Amino acid sequence: MLLSQTDGVRNAVAGIALEDNPVAQPPPVVERTRRVIAEVPSTADRNFNRLTMGAGISVLLLLLLVGGFLLIQSSDALSETGIWTFLTRTEWRTDVQPARIGVLGLLAGTVLVAVVAVGIAVPLSVLCALAITEYSTAKRRKWLVGVVDLLAAVPSLLFGLWGFLFLSDKIVPISLWLSQNFGWIPLFETQENAGLTGSIFIAGIVVALMVLPIITSVVREVFSQTPPGEKEAALALGGTRWGMIRNVVLPFGQGGIIGGSMLGLGRALGETIAVALLLPQVPQKLGESIHILENGGATVSGFIANRAGADAFTTSGLLAAGLVLFIITLATNMIASVVVSRSRSGAGVDI
Amino acid sequence: MTIETAVDVTERPRGATRVSSRQPGSTPRPRSPRRPREFTNFDVWILLGSLASSICLNWLIFYRFTVGASQFGFVLGSYIVFLIIFAAVTTERVGRLVAVDRLMTVIVVSAAAVVFIPLVLLIGYILIKGLKALRPSFLFNDQQGITPVLPSTSGGGAHAIIGTIEQVGLALLWSLPLALAAAVFLNESSSKWRRPVRIFVDAMSGLPSIVAGLFIFAVLILPFAKSGNPLFGYNGFMASLALAITMLPTITRTVDVVLRLVPDGLREASLALGASRARTVWSIVFPTARTGMTTAVVLGIARAVGETAPLLFTAFGYDLMNSNPFSGSQESLPLFVYRNIRKPDINAIERGFAGALVLLLLVLGLFVFARFIGRDRSRRKIKSSRTTRTSDSAIPAMPALEGKPS
Repeated sequence: MLLSQTDGVRNAVAGIALEDNPVAQPPPVVERTRRVIAEVPSTADRNFNRLTMGAGISVLLLLLLVGGFLLIQSSDALSETGIWTFLTRTEWRTDVQPARIGVLGLLAGTVLVAVVAVGIAVPLSVLCALAITEYSTAKRRKWLVGVVDLLAAVPSLLFGLWGFLFLSDKIVPISLWLSQNFGWIPLFETQENAGLTGSIFIAGIVVALMVLPIITSVVREVFSQTPPGEKEAALALGGTRWGMIRNVVLPFGQGGIIGGSMLGLGRALGETIAVALLLPQVPQKLGESIHILENGGATVSGFIANRAGADAFTTSGLLAAGLVLFIITLATNMIASVVVSRSRSGAGVDI
Repeated sequence: MTIETAVDVTERPRGATRVSSRQPGSTPRPRSPRRPREFTNFDVWILLGSLASSICLNWLIFYRFTVGASQFGFVLGSYIVFLIIFAAVTTERVGRLVAVDRLMTVIVVSAAAVVFIPLVLLIGYILIKGLKALRPSFLFNDQQGITPVLPSTSGGGAHAIIGTIEQVGLALLWSLPLALAAAVFLNESSSKWRRPVRIFVDAMSGLPSIVAGLFIFAVLILPFAKSGNPLFGYNGFMASLALAITMLPTITRTVDVVLRLVPDGLREASLALGASRARTVWSIVFPTARTGMTTAVVLGIARAVGETAPLLFTAFGYDLMNSNPFSGSQESLPLFVYRNIRKPDINAIERGFAGALVLLLLVLGLFVFARFIGRDRSRRKIKSSRTTRTSDSAIPAMPALEGKPS
């Protein structure tokens, strides 16, 4: 049917074109060979391609090298302790012979701090991203974005310093109040006469401030990708602004929120200096219940930072701990970027 | 299709009744549209009233009936009670649906305001603490002959400032060419390796900075520990390598984003004129993206300046001036702060705060500088293009625009 239609069109065209020439011939069909279009790079181009490709690949290699060299240099400690023992032992004692080192106690603290941080930062980030994308005028949006970026620019060291000497004192009453009133929840339990400074809770709050900008920026990007048509449809149906956000923006940005939170988790896991200042860096003992409100706890990165310049065996153990941290953060970040890029909202978003 | 609906509407019986209601004799009820986003003076009074009553209530609870409450708890409690009162009053006035909307508006706005508070507190705290010990001499002296009994204003951080400048400068030297080339690779090439490289650059930007320091330590310092070669010991050069690793993904990703903003038309025009790809990047893409790239570099520097963790295993820290980055351990501003505030000595802590203030000012300065470079110049551009257009066009009818200074 389609063919006949085009035939008809062609006849009509031929008829128009050849109006004053009654002996019309159908136009001759030209056999056209397909032209091959290919880029022929010049020498300069080829060198340029090689150079940039080399740079790209070297970035890739660098990351593999980091993992490889950490593995090689930590082999002393790993072979002496055994990889499985190293991963599952909670104590870290180099004063006894043979030394008993393990990373699990450190990992527990790391994960706890990161979870507390992300738990505080995610709701705040989502609200902040909503304020930026949905609730502000262009001028205020610029201000808010500036403040969040500024928060990201402040070095971790200064956060640690501020948290250690200023914020800690302000949080202790809250910890006390939580433990007195909600002590029956195992999470908020504290021991008798335990110090409340230098706790995982305080470290988590400070780290939350540090991961807030990264989560906010991912979530903000995702929210701003919401199709305006869907938003307008929700409003046109008589929805309030919050109704629109709840039914359009939040479901659309779901993947981005999850991915952004994981990215924040990755950052929180690797946070070093602030945690090194805030926590006493004593490995968490498993088997006992976890007290996040009282003094104690250690993270892998903070522990490593506090032991810089130790003897050869300890250093080897620290490198092994660094390797574990490297693998965990890498995995978290990769999963996060996959989650964001696979979700409907995050397709065009950089994280 | 639009016509069909229109016909449909007029034929509906409801339409007929509406028409009939407009007949003379029957007085139509004035329609008042419901505007859920309307914010009247009355709403302001409700907000203030709820706030005042919640503060009073909490003051009563926290300071009269119970003791030992913290200011923080008071603020938090007041906020929660404020939300409850506000929700109750608004529900009473405008109904549940609109009340929820208003409540969420209040929560979102206050969450955005909460982000300001830690920033202001942090900057204010370091400013106040740092100004106490910061003297001009801080910029010219090192820690030679400093003992715990000396006041915090003696000595200085010149060695740390020199160290920071050298280390960050060298780090920029190593990372900038690689980062630019990698960003060009991600944007301008059509290699199948682009995707894995992008994923790895993303992953690298989440690399804990201490791991970068550990890596340099494991590769270049530990294996050569017995050789006694000062180049492969703790020194500023090693620190610069570790910093380069932390800067690399930051600069690559930001430059990548900036290069993506360069219009494809410019590239195609250049290629169509016969320029090679290398020439196109060098003469068209880079100049177009210059301001954005400068911003990227400044942001990379700002990040590297504040990094402490990678330096612990590389520069190690030193109390005296060591201006040679290739030999001997070296101080830098973050290390100076970190080492001093951990000393059990009040004067050392104050000295640490002076260093922290210098560091903060440096980072804030770089941040503002980056913003200044990368600011939106579209408005000025529109103006200037308008003047050129009028001056270029041969119509002399609009001289008013021409004379306007752009």
